[in-house]
Amino acid sequence: MKPFTVHRGRVAPLDRVNVDTDQIIPKQFLKRIEKTGFGQFLFYDWRFGADGKKNGDFVLHEPRYESATILVAGKNFGCGSSREHAVWALADFGFRAVISSSFADIFANNSTKNGFLAVRLSDDEVSMLMKRAEEIDQYQVTIDLEKQEVRDEQGFRAQFAMDEFVRHCLLNGLDDIGLTLQHEKDIAAYEAQHPAPAALAVESDARN
Amino acid sequence: MARTLFEKIWDAHLVAQPAGRSSILYIDLHLVHEVTSPQAFDGLRAAGRRVRQPLRTVATVDHNIPTEPRGTPITDLIAAKQISALQANCKEFGIRLFDMDSAEQGIVHVIGPELGLTQPGMTIVCGDSHTSTHGAFGSLAFGIGTSEVEHVLATQCLAQQKPKTMQIDVRGQLPDGVGAKDLALGIIGQIGTDGATGHVIEYAGSAVRALSMEGRMTLCNMSIEAGARAGMIAPDETTIAYVKGRRFAPTGAEWEKAVAYWRSLPCDSDSKFDKVIHIDAAQLCPFVTWGTNPGMVAPVTGRVPEVKGLEESDRRAAELALQYMALEPGKRIEDITVDRVFIGSCTNSRLEDLRAAARVAKGHRVSSKVRAMVVPGSQAVKRAAEQEGLHRVFQEAGFEWRESGCSMCLGMNPDILQPGERCASTSNRNFEGRQGRGGRTHLVSPMMAAAAAIAGHFTDIRNWKFE
Repeated sequence: MKPFTVHRGRVAPLDRVNVDTDQIIPKQFLKRIEKTGFGQFLFYDWRFGADGKKNGDFVLHEPRYESATILVAGKNFGCGSSREHAVWALADFGFRAVISSSFADIFANNSTKNGFLAVRLSDDEVSMLMKRAEEIDQYQVTIDLEKQEVRDEQGFRAQFAMDEFVRHCLLNGLDDIGLTLQHEKDIAAYEAQHPAPAALAVESDARN
Repeated sequence: MARTLFEKIWDAHLVAQPAGRSSILYIDLHLVHEVTSPQAFDGLRAAGRRVRQPLRTVATVDHNIPTEPRGTPITDLIAAKQISALQANCKEFGIRLFDMDSAEQGIVHVIGPELGLTQPGMTIVCGDSHTSTHGAFGSLAFGIGTSEVEHVLATQCLAQQKPKTMQIDVRGQLPDGVGAKDLALGIIGQIGTDGATGHVIEYAGSAVRALSMEGRMTLCNMSIEAGARAGMIAPDETTIAYVKGRRFAPTGAEWEKAVAYWRSLPCDSDSKFDKVIHIDAAQLCPFVTWGTNPGMVAPVTGRVPEVKGLEESDRRAAELALQYMALEPGKRIEDITVDRVFIGSCTNSRLEDLRAAARVAKGHRVSSKVRAMVVPGSQAVKRAAEQEGLHRVFQEAGFEWRESGCSMCLGMNPDILQPGERCASTSNRNFEGRQGRGGRTHLVSPMMAAAAAIAGHFTDIRNWKFE
């Protein structure tokens, strides 16, 4: 996983609440069997008309936001389906982080597995960033995971909370499967007490 | 210390609790489908890892398969590729697959319970948010992303932070014509789509105890729509009677041992929840969603709400929703006409759901302006329904009777709405474009959906003339 330490980038405002994962990446694009190439489909139905033509009004198509790497959005971002494709699409499009006042659990969880940050600030702080992203040309913020802080050059500074261990993994780009396998002995001991049901063996039953 | 149902299951599955790290939780059952698994299997191959417990892993195809008669070639080549990837992965890693042609194929959250794979006290995960369905059995069941699918395949464990707990206590009795779906919509309408974020819900109270297993599955299924990590209901005699005798349920001495354990799972009398919500069942009615998230609900006898009084971000969300749905505040819900009706999905495609819808359809005709389809949740549901003649009731009334799968709940297969079409749907999400780009979804119960198909508009099922 790509580590996340400190990132400074341009901010794009997506002033909507409850942005669900069906909007982030519509279902017709979930059939690919790779993890890559989803960026082109990000917010597809908002970015493109039914005829496939670019919707120039959509915020990410405004030239001033085109190289944005940080998205600021309303509460409950990433609600709905568990599709990790939503995070893959955001990351592949060029985003490193989303700032919102709340995130759906599975989306937040998926983010941490991809070196992508879901940064939770207060409603007022999110509104402030949203306003600045709309009003200040080339507006940039710095997301500092070491200090757990978001700041800009106009005096904005806010702390954000993150689970200590999740933060450690993100800072160091750790593979958490490897970390779990460090507990091999514990897992094996648990399994000795709780054997798997034999009935599911593929060979044991021809009816499947 | 007094513990809740959730805490008992959590504690029983703790493999390790390393200081300063997430807890390592053991997973009893991992359900796999074609859409969220291919990248996970690729990850295993790239790292040279195997599936640690193939016997705790079960796969089926449900999301993107057509509901045309089986054997019809899949014309969507990318979907076909995803299905063959799952077939190849299951073969390579030794995983049981209930494939397209299997008599046991069905929506993953329908077949788990009906095969007896889902049992009380288990930890169950799947790369699908509606895994919360299985919590109806008093198991801890939740949806995960593809990275975690790979994690479970490789380790049979997940690194988890302990969620908070919420009890939703539903007192009294559900009125006639008001079912588990209405209860779920009523709850989400009250607490919002993020009302339970970070929490595991336990549903309790007389109205919940009175639900059948199928009703309980509908209720737990929709937990994710309130933002919950999981939803669960303590196992009782209803649960035990449902599981008994199913294909993968324990037998003999194992069964006795299991039942004794299951009976120990309900909350201790003085256990505490982080949050408690009380609902009066008698106040509930048949609900219809009017907007673009499942929290935007109105009583069938009500009107599309005014947006003026709402707080700014909610008001804008409501305005966008009304614009997308082509509705005006103040419009009577019963005056909303529909073009399509979908009865199916992991929320409402079980035998009880189909019986309820058929009871409404019997002796009536689908409106000439409506195309209505019934998609059983599994091949087993389909067979059972056909044995009772439900398919004939539906077909005689003008409903299409199709093969099992997720179908128009998410429209990954050819079953989709056309732009501007309005649908009464028994599924779980009314998000923009969910059932097809530009499609407009109203979530309702199976009875309300069947009634809308016949009337051509929403109508209060409590006044229905049953044949």
